[in-house]
Amino acid sequence: MKITDYMQTHLLLLDGGMGTLLQAAGLRPGEAPERWNLDPLHRSLVCNIHRQYFEAGSNLVNANTFGANRLHYNEEELEAVVAAGLELARKARAEAAGDQPKYIALDLGPTGKLLKPYGDLSFDGAVSIFAQVVQLGVKHGADCIFIETMNDSLETKAALLAAKENSDLPVFVSNAYGADGKLMTGASPAAMVAMLEGMGADAIGLNCSLGPEALLPAVRDYLVHASVPVLFKPNAGLPTEIDGKAVYTLQPEDFAAQTAEAVRLGVRAAGGCCGTTPAYIKALAEAVRDLPLLPTEEKKETVISSYTHAVTFGKMPVLIGERINPTGKKRFKEALRTHDLDYILGEGLRQQENGAQVLDVNVGLPEIDEPALLCEVMQELQAVSDLPLQIDTSDPVAMERALRYYNGCPLINSVNGKAESMAAIFPLMQKYGGVAIALTLDETGIPASAEGRVVIAERIIAAAEAAGIPRHRLIFDPLAMAVSADPTAAETALEAVRRLHAMGCLTSMGVSNISFGLPARDAINGVFFACALERGLSAAIMNPDSAEMMKTYYAFRALHGMDADFSDYIAFAQRLQPAQTAQPTSPAGAPTAESGTALLEAICKGLREQAAAQTKALLETRAPLEIVNEEIIPALDRVGIGYEKKQLYLPQLLMSAEAAKSAFEVIKAAVPAGARGGKCAVVIATVRGDIHDIGKNIVKLLLENYGFAVTDLGKDVTPEAIRDAVAAQHAPLAALSALMTTTVPAMAETVRLLHAEAPWCKVMVGGAVLTQDYADRIGADFYSPDAMGAVRYAEQIDAAQE
Amino acid sequence: MQISSQNQVLTFDAPPVDRREVLRYARARADGGAVDALLTACLAEAEPLLTYRVLCRRLDITVTPDGVGTAELFFASRQLAERMTDCAQAVLFAATVGLPLDRLIARYQRTDPPRALLLNALGAERVEALCDAFCAALAADAVCTQRFSPGYGDLPLETQQTVFRLLDGKRIGLALQDSMLMSPSKSVTAFVGLKTGENE
Repeated sequence: MKITDYMQTHLLLLDGGMGTLLQAAGLRPGEAPERWNLDPLHRSLVCNIHRQYFEAGSNLVNANTFGANRLHYNEEELEAVVAAGLELARKARAEAAGDQPKYIALDLGPTGKLLKPYGDLSFDGAVSIFAQVVQLGVKHGADCIFIETMNDSLETKAALLAAKENSDLPVFVSNAYGADGKLMTGASPAAMVAMLEGMGADAIGLNCSLGPEALLPAVRDYLVHASVPVLFKPNAGLPTEIDGKAVYTLQPEDFAAQTAEAVRLGVRAAGGCCGTTPAYIKALAEAVRDLPLLPTEEKKETVISSYTHAVTFGKMPVLIGERINPTGKKRFKEALRTHDLDYILGEGLRQQENGAQVLDVNVGLPEIDEPALLCEVMQELQAVSDLPLQIDTSDPVAMERALRYYNGCPLINSVNGKAESMAAIFPLMQKYGGVAIALTLDETGIPASAEGRVVIAERIIAAAEAAGIPRHRLIFDPLAMAVSADPTAAETALEAVRRLHAMGCLTSMGVSNISFGLPARDAINGVFFACALERGLSAAIMNPDSAEMMKTYYAFRALHGMDADFSDYIAFAQRLQPAQTAQPTSPAGAPTAESGTALLEAICKGLREQAAAQTKALLETRAPLEIVNEEIIPALDRVGIGYEKKQLYLPQLLMSAEAAKSAFEVIKAAVPAGARGGKCAVVIATVRGDIHDIGKNIVKLLLENYGFAVTDLGKDVTPEAIRDAVAAQHAPLAALSALMTTTVPAMAETVRLLHAEAPWCKVMVGGAVLTQDYADRIGADFYSPDAMGAVRYAEQIDAAQE
Repeated sequence: MQISSQNQVLTFDAPPVDRREVLRYARARADGGAVDALLTACLAEAEPLLTYRVLCRRLDITVTPDGVGTAELFFASRQLAERMTDCAQAVLFAATVGLPLDRLIARYQRTDPPRALLLNALGAERVEALCDAFCAALAADAVCTQRFSPGYGDLPLETQQTVFRLLDGKRIGLALQDSMLMSPSKSVTAFVGLKTGENE
């Protein structure tokens, strides 16, 4: 019988701790436990532990392969370790007494590395490490794959993907939660359930870190949300110190009683982790023998998640921020073309501050590499924001790549009633999980009537179910069209929302479309949003920066009992006040008591909001370039000189640079890209192997302030990528940063490559470990000890152009 | 405080913040104005996110002029050996203030570099303060040497590989990168010698 079939009708008894028993048997600190699988002296010990677990009643024993991967073993040894590990478990199974069905899992533990961006292991690298072990497990006869003790959601995803892509075996996934009820990287149980179920894990749950009682709240969260069996392998309590050794003090009977409580609540697979022994499993087997088995029910929840938390649709209306999208936005298009990620991420963070719960991400422009840029923006957004994302692209290649790298369970925008669209999207949902926005249009276009749109929705549901996607993973968008072009557009969309809602379907709309072509669009949008909410709209793709929309949202919730004690509404009302009074504090351009104008002073003092407001006011009377040359640059110079004379310090310099940047943003919005004058191109990067970018970012910020066209390649950049960027722009200057002595060779290599293949380009270097002497030795053209020095040198290079 | 010969995780209360030290790491000085205000804001935002955890174990050591040995390993470093003079035991530890601060710094790198700079400095001060708190707790029961970290003096940074074999970093969410630096970035590993004959 397949293990998953057995689980339909039985509680699956798992095994207990392995590492603690091996240590007790003499495994030395730092010694790799899997090596014992090969060692003639120790292999019988490993086999014996497995046998004892089977004899205690375990149905599933994890082979001794927890840390078997290529980070710890070379290829030959890895195969030997995995093959021997599985063989020892099989031998134990053959020898063990007990007539229960007995299965053997390939055990996959964490790599011990942290994934990018906080660590240095790439997602592809992690998938490939796990894939190799999975292939060996399949080859050497594992019955299933047991991914366990994972404390990073993204690494868990990599392991599950590797298991799914390289085997047809059942996959169990178990995460290690901290005392705060979250993974080390921040994920809640609900977020993990959404991601893992969507990707097709056969059972999911928790192991390690704490004792059964302490983990019970997280177990309950799993049981509330999961539609697949939940597994549970807690520690034997917390270790305490006895005679200089860490000892787990929870006794087998207490452990069994507490773990049985989880079974009573609905757990379908139970065993133990650190500190547990065959005696614990035997006690557990006793304690659960007569417990009734609770069924695992379909929860039919519509849930997406970020790397930290889940967002559920159908209870409270969900706000999806629409601003990360180039359509009709000149400044955003420019940011995409110039790879200005700071601007794009800023759009995301501002929407989050204003109340968005999900961010739509659309970076489609005809002239860009959309798959690459979509992934990059998505990953960078996930590094700075904990909101779930809605992946918005019509390019199936870009969609697949984004779904692969997304950390969590994504919202997919979108599928529609066209056969081609469904054929592209449904298989992706099967593989990567996620919830999709389904547009009610098909090959014949958008039906004019609400009935017509509902008919398409029904067809999409049928096709999805045939493809194995249940309807609760779809949210229907009945398409709000411009009411100025068709006076019935609003009523048609609203009626479709009502009908879909009555059918039990969830709905979403791009609300702002309704007002296209009309003045004061916010007024129309806000009321249309209210009408749609009243008819049952579950989500809106909207502008969270619009006060009208947010007023509707908070007021609607307050009026419908969705805001207990009105706390959200009151907090919103308080935020609303100051926004209406933001004005420049002194008349634009008027000299202040000290020398210089208000803008110059605002920059010198590092006041961001004031600098922007002053610039806006100045633009009414003065030319943009004049403001740059007579206000912003002199202010920066004054601060720069203060810094060089050590009257000012780095934080002040940075605060002024930020204020100048906000002034530049106002100027940029007012002047087309080509007409800004500006200085020469500079390519800047932190070199290969180095992930420090604080220093590089400071230099970049200042160079931008001074009008240089900076291309920032980021951190850990190869010499070739830097050469390519320099060549593409014929940049006369490259700026390289390195913080670690270990990466200075990469810097030297980059300098050599640039001098050989881009001889027109001067190379300046900086960073904590560099000195003039070092810089000379690696052949750099210039060494700058600080950011201002870099600006001064760049200005020399610029002056020497033409 | 007695330390086990096995991996052990300790959690500390937040040590008091030394604002001058934070500003020193940021290469700044108190100005009674914008910088101080920004530091106050950074503290308010970062403090709830910080955890103060130490992973440690006790090692029996043999000190020779060329380095420090355990039953299985040898750390070749004259300077480490010198510091461990008269010690038959040492405590190896890893301290971290956790990943959420790295996330916060990453976010402000994008949106507010001055804040990122101060948070970065704050992280450095916090993890050092955590090390101080741990070493003070050790010193309550034993005569301890000053701590000594891989990458310091003639103890090569590559020693981190051995340190991570001895310490099960994932128990405090700590990972070693190929560059020998750690994530979370605000983390420290170090040896502390326990002087012979004066242990309780």
